[in-house]
Amino acid sequence: MGLLALFRRTPPTANLAKERLRIIVAQERGTRGAPDYLPLLRRELLEVIRKYVNVDPEAIQINLDKEDGHEVLELSVALPEKAAG
Amino acid sequence: MTEIIVVTSGKGGVGKTTTSASIASGLARGGKRVAVLDFDIGLRNLDLIMGCERRVVYDFVNVVQGDCTLKQALIKDKRLDTLYVLAASQTRDKDALSAEGVRRVLDELIAEGFDYILCDSPAGIEKGAHLAMYFADRAIVVVNPEVSSVRDSDRILGLLSSKTARAEKGNGGVKEHLLLTRYSPRRVTTGEMMSVDDVKEILGIDVIGVIPESPDVLSASNAGTPVILNDESDAARAYEDAVARLLGQQVPLRFIDEPKKGFLARMFGG
Repeated sequence: MGLLALFRRTPPTANLAKERLRIIVAQERGTRGAPDYLPLLRRELLEVIRKYVNVDPEAIQINLDKEDGHEVLELSVALPEKAAG
Repeated sequence: MTEIIVVTSGKGGVGKTTTSASIASGLARGGKRVAVLDFDIGLRNLDLIMGCERRVVYDFVNVVQGDCTLKQALIKDKRLDTLYVLAASQTRDKDALSAEGVRRVLDELIAEGFDYILCDSPAGIEKGAHLAMYFADRAIVVVNPEVSSVRDSDRILGLLSSKTARAEKGNGGVKEHLLLTRYSPRRVTTGEMMSVDDVKEILGIDVIGVIPESPDVLSASNAGTPVILNDESDAARAYEDAVARLLGQQVPLRFIDEPKKGFLARMFGG
């Protein structure tokens, strides 16, 4: 670090890198090993449900769990509090 | 008992081949019988880093396809008696290697009594990378303290825990280690680069080595001498430590703190 560098310091960005990685890695681990059709399945299910109830796009959770050699596809839909009949 | 170690990373250019060459040489210098295999079909480079590029007669694909015996294809290192290199094929298509073919080669090396088989993986997550990791007992995941490299390493860790023989058989899985390369303690101190602890925390596996950024790595590849054999180099000491840890020794991390400088050196650079 020379004299000039004292005035022309690179902004510290390591923490930014760490935070961004923490989020994206956690997100990607959540979908690790899941079949490729899962995002599409989620979208199509959402479209069907929305024909009847106006749910939020984030209200559908799809999880694939592996238990003792068999797989469980878990689907949970949070309905709005006052579902329009 | 033979141990199969894959050196992998996902991202290219992070130092897989440099690491394979140095770890293999380090193990062989300790008297172990070592074979190091280049899985980068079509982009052979381990031979250059090991300095045996002009002695390649037969390659990995030749052995798998039965054009020659394994013994004919193994290149004996000029410096270390117990070290052998198997070069990747340069010309044939990537599909020339099959899981069955790779398994035959590994079985023969095991029967020959090698202590360690190092598999130098190509970048990416295609067939070559898959085959390099498939039969591994251990994995050294090479990572730079940089966002794309760390993310790709996490992808590779996911594959190691699902798409390997050990994972499929459920017998304990592949033992995973991180090896950080191009580490700059000065830039970590100034907050410009993620630290060893940052990377370890994100990826959640143990660190087997931290190799400092060093001009010696380029000089070593220029000369075709694995950097670990350069007695003057910090990078070499760091690789030696990694080899010791691989062999089960407890060695503290070195070269991860910025060397203390005097006032003048700080003002005027150095």
